[in-house]
Amino acid sequence: MILCAFLPRCLWIEGFPPTRTTAAILVAILLPIPASAQSSILRWGGDAEGGAPFVQADPVDPSRLTGFDVEIAELIAARLGRIPQFVQVQYTSLDQSAKRGDFDIGLSGVEDIPARRAALAASVPYYEFREVMTVREADRDLYRSLEDLRGRRVATLGGTIAYELLLEAERTHGITAVSYDDDVHPYTDLGLGRVDAVVLDNVLADRAMRRNAGLHTHPEAQATGHYIIITAIENTALRDEVDVILRDAMRDGVLESIFRTWDVWNDDQPQLFARVLAQSTAGTLGTPGTLSSPGTLSNVVRYLPSLLRAAVVTLVLSCLAMALAVALGIAIAVGRVYGGSLVRLSLMVYVEVMRGTPLLLQLFVIYYGLASVIRLPAFLAALLGLALNYAAFESEIYRSALEAVPRGQLDAARILGFTNGQALRLIRGPQAFRLALAPMTNDFVALLKDSSLVSILTVVELTKQTQIFATNIGSWLVPGILCATLYLAMSLPLGHLARRLEARWRVATP
Amino acid sequence: MAGGDAMTDALTVRGLRVTRGAREILTGVDLHARAGDVVALMGLSGSGKTTILRVIAGLEPCDAGDVHAAKVGMVFQFHYLFEHLSAIENVTLAPAHVHGVARDEARRRAQTLLDQLGVGHRGQALPRELSGGEAQRVAIARALAVDPPLLLLDEPTASLDPARRNELGDALNELARSGRALLMTSHDDDFVRSHATRVVVLADGRVVEQGEPRDVLGNPQHAATRALLQMERSRPR
Repeated sequence: MILCAFLPRCLWIEGFPPTRTTAAILVAILLPIPASAQSSILRWGGDAEGGAPFVQADPVDPSRLTGFDVEIAELIAARLGRIPQFVQVQYTSLDQSAKRGDFDIGLSGVEDIPARRAALAASVPYYEFREVMTVREADRDLYRSLEDLRGRRVATLGGTIAYELLLEAERTHGITAVSYDDDVHPYTDLGLGRVDAVVLDNVLADRAMRRNAGLHTHPEAQATGHYIIITAIENTALRDEVDVILRDAMRDGVLESIFRTWDVWNDDQPQLFARVLAQSTAGTLGTPGTLSSPGTLSNVVRYLPSLLRAAVVTLVLSCLAMALAVALGIAIAVGRVYGGSLVRLSLMVYVEVMRGTPLLLQLFVIYYGLASVIRLPAFLAALLGLALNYAAFESEIYRSALEAVPRGQLDAARILGFTNGQALRLIRGPQAFRLALAPMTNDFVALLKDSSLVSILTVVELTKQTQIFATNIGSWLVPGILCATLYLAMSLPLGHLARRLEARWRVATP
Repeated sequence: MAGGDAMTDALTVRGLRVTRGAREILTGVDLHARAGDVVALMGLSGSGKTTILRVIAGLEPCDAGDVHAAKVGMVFQFHYLFEHLSAIENVTLAPAHVHGVARDEARRRAQTLLDQLGVGHRGQALPRELSGGEAQRVAIARALAVDPPLLLLDEPTASLDPARRNELGDALNELARSGRALLMTSHDDDFVRSHATRVVVLADGRVVEQGEPRDVLGNPQHAATRALLQMERSRPR
């Protein structure tokens, strides 16, 4: 409350009049409103990035959402006598978000897996899907099942049954599972040849087939699974209401007409509906998947090796990227200090563009944007993206360090007969390097952490592995602590080393 | 080479004109120095003394005039030693990298120079560990290491107490006797009287008076020289 009284005044200083409206907006932003206070609204969580036919922005009116999950959410809200309100949540975070109570019900192609049922209250299944394998048209006879893909890269969406299926196939068939954060890029990368197959549910595969030419989907199911609706574990009352509504909608044909509207109705659904209606209580229906929820210690033992491997990826990637960034940064700084006006101008533009745009965007452009020109492997694209971005920051450090070396020393060097190059190598450079050491160390620690962004390029580094770990066990606590410990184990010794070097090389300030 | 004098002089400057923007710093300066000379440039702040040294050293361009100078060494007012190198490394760097003198030989010569200047025991010290007087001697050794016939010194007494000034003066006279020409700027008329062989007084960008120090400073003819001495007398020592 003190905060609320204080903040509008701060805003007023910045140019906003301290009106009642401002205060009301701030209260709305700052204070989480308890669900009970707005029982007439049904907040439902989903990922609009997932797109059609689940949840997508209406192409005609992007402020509206359409999709079969949207219609089901609206159906549930209507039958509960509440007003539906959409809450955007990233697909892989839906479980955690449900647990936090960010929304009342979650549905967005949410799969029925044991870990989810253990951590949340889950509804009866409302749709049955098949995990199907998609390959390039040319490979349709070559790759007929996962067994044919030994040594090949097979893509899917992270945190799904399909991903578990691929992890199993890594062990049994020697494939390499590649996890994506979305369901669009696995198929575009399949077309580009970055992966050799995609395993995902038939709904996603059908959509991808419509978007991408030259792909073939084998109709046989690698496994089957179901979509469910999730609520927070303590909210079983709401879940039970949802179950009643879903069963009613199965009986009265509303669900069928929704699925028909979106062209996802098939012969599997009547059988699912019959099984669900025959059952009186909620429960999983023969869901494949190897997951269970063992204790914390056994989870740590199970995931620690993969976390350590991911930490090595982070460390190697960061070290290589930093080495490259340092070399490039030196070249840019020297060009900016010694170069002609054209060189200086173009380097300045480079530095400002790299510093002024998000690293995430740069990574996307290098990996996906340039794919039609040059098809970089994920690790190389990640390395290049980080290096090119950090080179801009490093170059600024070196430039100011070079300029901090007193001019008088350079005059002295010139009179003594040193060429510019010799003066740079023997006098200016070594002193600048010492000045640059502390900010460089800071940047390396920052790079170590920023390297987590490359997970969007399917590189499984420490943060991504932790996310996978957390999604699978349904908790961030233990994975988060382990991940933080590993990052600190990498960054702390670095800071220590830098302080020792600095102490040894300290240059008196004139 | 222009004329017979230039052949024997370590330094000949004729009609030197320097402007910086609209400001005329030097409006036509003539100067010369031979081996054995210790020439002192005097003048109020802003009279262009330091600019003359920098033009002779090739650090700044001039707008008109001839400058014929032998290879020069320069000792800056603030020394500008290479901060990351020890005293002896400061002295050996140019011979080793510019003149290709073998490392051991360069080091031996550097040690001799430092010994001659009385700082032989400070060879391993970093510049920040040296006193003002020591840093200046190391800077002189660094300038002498490439054996220049002409040594330029900018305000060499600025950072020294009176006892050190005399020691420096003796060292400079010794350098001149060994066959070098020295050109320095100075505010210190006592020092100039005791150690310079010639004084050149600058005012408004030109030479207004020159000659032997005891004549010029003892019996100043130009108002600028008198003003300069007046100023120096009132300066706390």
